[in-house]
Amino acid sequence: MADIPPRIAVRRTYKLYVGGAFPRSESGRSYPVTSASGVHLGNAALASRKDVRDAVAAARKAFPGWSGRTAYNRGQILYRVAEMMEGRREQFAAEVAEGVGKAKAHTLVSSAIDRWVYYAGWADKLGQVLGGANPVSGPYFNVSEPEPTGVVGVLAPGGSSLLGLVSVLAPVITSGNTAVLVASERAPLPAVTLAEALATSDLPAGVANVLTGRVAELAAPLAGHADVNALDLTGAGDLATGLEELAATTLKRVLRPGHDDWSDPDPGLSRVRPFLETKTVWHPIGL
Amino acid sequence: MEIFEYAPAPESRAIVSIRPSYDLFIDGEFVEAKSDERIVTVNPADEEPLAEVAAAGDADVERAFAAARRAYERVWSALPGAERGKYLFRIARIIQERARELAVLESLDNGKPIKETRDVDLPLVAAHFFYYAGWADKLAHAGTAGTRPLGVAAQVIPWNFPLLMLAWKVAPALATGNTVVLKPAETTPLTALAFAEICQEAGLPPGVVNIVTGAGDTGRAVVAHPEADKIAFTGSTEVGRQIARAVAGTDKRLTLELGGKGANIVYDDAAIDQAVEGIVTGIFFNQGHVCCAGSRLLVQESIAEELLERLRARISLLRLGDPLDKNTDIGAINSAAQLARIRELTLAGESEGATGWSPACPLPERGYWFPPTVFTGVTQAHRIAREEIFGPVLSVLTFRTPDEAVAKANNTPYGLSAGVWTEKGSLMLWTASRLRAGVVWSNTFNVFDPASPFGGYKESGYGREGGRHGLEAYLG
Amino acid sequence: MPDTLPGSLRAYLHGLPGVDEVGVRRRAADLATRSVKTRAKRSAIDLAIRMVDLTTLEGADTPGKVRALAAKAVRPDPADPTAPSVAALCVYPDMVATAARALAGTGVGLASVATGFPAGRTSLEVKLSDTRAAVAAGATEIDMVIDRGAFLAGDYRKVFDEIVAVKESCGDAHLKVILETGELVTYDNVRRASWLALRAGADFIKTSTGKVAPAATLPVTLVMLEAVRDYRAATGRQVGVKPAGGIRTTKDAIRYLVLVKEIAGDDWLDPAWFRLGASTLLNDLLMQRTKLTTGHYSGPDYYTID
Repeated sequence: MADIPPRIAVRRTYKLYVGGAFPRSESGRSYPVTSASGVHLGNAALASRKDVRDAVAAARKAFPGWSGRTAYNRGQILYRVAEMMEGRREQFAAEVAEGVGKAKAHTLVSSAIDRWVYYAGWADKLGQVLGGANPVSGPYFNVSEPEPTGVVGVLAPGGSSLLGLVSVLAPVITSGNTAVLVASERAPLPAVTLAEALATSDLPAGVANVLTGRVAELAAPLAGHADVNALDLTGAGDLATGLEELAATTLKRVLRPGHDDWSDPDPGLSRVRPFLETKTVWHPIGL
Repeated sequence: MEIFEYAPAPESRAIVSIRPSYDLFIDGEFVEAKSDERIVTVNPADEEPLAEVAAAGDADVERAFAAARRAYERVWSALPGAERGKYLFRIARIIQERARELAVLESLDNGKPIKETRDVDLPLVAAHFFYYAGWADKLAHAGTAGTRPLGVAAQVIPWNFPLLMLAWKVAPALATGNTVVLKPAETTPLTALAFAEICQEAGLPPGVVNIVTGAGDTGRAVVAHPEADKIAFTGSTEVGRQIARAVAGTDKRLTLELGGKGANIVYDDAAIDQAVEGIVTGIFFNQGHVCCAGSRLLVQESIAEELLERLRARISLLRLGDPLDKNTDIGAINSAAQLARIRELTLAGESEGATGWSPACPLPERGYWFPPTVFTGVTQAHRIAREEIFGPVLSVLTFRTPDEAVAKANNTPYGLSAGVWTEKGSLMLWTASRLRAGVVWSNTFNVFDPASPFGGYKESGYGREGGRHGLEAYLG
Repeated sequence: MPDTLPGSLRAYLHGLPGVDEVGVRRRAADLATRSVKTRAKRSAIDLAIRMVDLTTLEGADTPGKVRALAAKAVRPDPADPTAPSVAALCVYPDMVATAARALAGTGVGLASVATGFPAGRTSLEVKLSDTRAAVAAGATEIDMVIDRGAFLAGDYRKVFDEIVAVKESCGDAHLKVILETGELVTYDNVRRASWLALRAGADFIKTSTGKVAPAATLPVTLVMLEAVRDYRAATGRQVGVKPAGGIRTTKDAIRYLVLVKEIAGDDWLDPAWFRLGASTLLNDLLMQRTKLTTGHYSGPDYYTID
């Protein structure tokens, strides 16, 4: 009786997520991703500056539609993303476990999904919390409301591959911004999995774009791109000062790297406010 | 029978006494500058010198920051909010009491009509201090991210609304418990120095407000000072960029109010006479030296001809001349340099093929003057449609549909202000929600209020001044 | 002569550009800050006196009262013969004959309210005979009231036809059409009523009867001045404007003149094209005039009460 040969697993190709599609890097390059102990986990796409360009174009294209949706609808869609994440718990956990061990990995995945739900719920609260009527001294209706800044470049934290990732991406897009995110260079696989969850949710193409590769190579073209309105430098490390200088050229809003505690279940608006504008509308009141 | 014409109605200068020379205001005293350099500030309406002020050097700036730090640590940050607020209320009252004097002084130094300093600038200055005075002991309720002062604020302000911009900077900074080193513009330092006297009169603790006069070098020293915890700048986008670059990698907080190229959209159903007024107010208020000016008129093609005819007739009534005459609508351009810039851009407009028009309007022989000017046949590609002129020059473009209006309005790196004129409420809201601008005036233009947040999108800067939102920039 | 108008008056009137209240008030307030001093004030005061429709519209009016007022209209300041006469005396129809005798040969106009003033709630026949009687008795100007009820009910045709009919009954007398803006309430209505009256052939449009508050205001007058300005631009025919009621001081009067100058233009700065319906205003104008001449403030005892 002949042995049945063991099944050969079908492996994933880890690709970029740009404009709702999963391209390989325009450059055709990839880089090996290894675990902390040096085990080869896969090859991630090594994005180039042209991929940055394409991702910014996709994010810009998606901006009017995404920011123009009702806040309620954005909240619904983001909640749907959390549902998709829940379905991929095991995959996320396996990827996160490479760094932190299995038990902690499950906790982190739970926190990440909960964090996404947290920000989904903010979508239709921002206008009331941050905006409102202004009691001007004259016969005018005067109201201020928060509006998304536009296209936001996000350098995800290097050390927290899923919870940190979710904690920087969700607050950016919940208010209506679109994002070009550069994943943790060392641990990009949870970002690719998240992209796959995003793609199977109802999130419109281009709202979130995920690049993997060398932060040092991707951050500068992102910071210097005139069609990017804001930058989250959380994962910038030593590059932060230079990137902030580049961002000054077109007066981008910049969130400097800080001392982030990803475990706080209620981070508030600290990561939402930096990517909001305030629009004030006046109108006379009269007959 | 004599035809009824306005006779000259000059406001008296006698209410103001200008000293020949001014020192710096540091630590509650007027102190002689260590720098020898002096600046002469002139009356732009006749080019006569008004006074000489110090151009503060590095050592002077150093002294000002040391005083501000001391005052912050020893007095101001520890003072209960209610007490800080009372100082601000006092300042507001003194400004009201001295409003006439300050209005005349501002008109002399800036060139803007007394009608505006008297009816717009000064009432808003006092109102701004009143508004923020009341916040000082209520910061916990403001909904800001933080409630603690930042420390010493470095503030650099422009020449277009000298005392009002000072109020926009100083009032929220002091209400939130910060101390201030402020540099007024090189061409308009006098009302800031009068404000220094008001601080003394109010008994404000020494060092809480420090005023260093000077030009670009002084400004650079102020914003680059290591003791500045917060920088607030209003001025050109170019300087804004330099400051943003300079603070990179530091912990300093920064807010910028920069340039604009505001679109004023007039739909075919607009209340046309009020729209004409709004266009005039939008571009000719303060000689067009307004960052949020409606410098691009976007008019629906179907009413363009009629609107322009009415607009020209209205502009022909504007009275240009002596800023101190109570009937003057358009005063002097603030400086020779600004006049040269306006001339350069209008010449570019002509050479690029746009058609300029100005009413028959004799200009005084001395001083810096530019007539109200309207360019038609302007396209998005023309420099006068893209660059901020900061003068009484309107560029007129037409559109066919609301989509086109919004696309053209947003087609600029700036995003400070915009206007929309329509009698249809839903179209107004549709348009306002799509304009990428920090302030949208619908069926009005260039109205301001201390309770209303002001500030730009995109390259018009970041941060808001005014209202609850204006506290954010000074709290951590 | 009335214009030909498109079939639907409603479509026409509601197609006029809207008026934003806050904007028009802002403009009026801005113009109210114009400073009129020295020689400008002197010429403004004399012009204002020449524009006054000196008015008495009381139930208690008697021939004696009307004769006294007529004397004042002709020679407002007995102490100063350089003070000009007013534009017209304005009385009820039954006082026209008395007034006509008193004013004969003086050049001062004689205006009569008519058409069931002030409410206008009578039949068209009564309105027309009221008008004819006033003209026959010597009125050179007729101040009619529009049917505000019909206007507010949307029956623009009725309002229009009445103006046309009254105009015909006026013969050579000038017709001033009183809109009673205090009852029309909105500036959109003021603009529509103005155009309706202009198209129907009014020689003047007038704000108010003086019997309804608010009577004349600067913003209302501003909107009416815009209407006559635009109407002349469109048709070539110039029509006058008369604010009436509540104009009591020289300062008020000068503010109206500033409006005329800057909204309609210098062509309207003439008693033929702008009137001030008032009574107590005249003495204040005279007092200010004396102050400019003598350099001293005067007092009410130095001016005749009628």
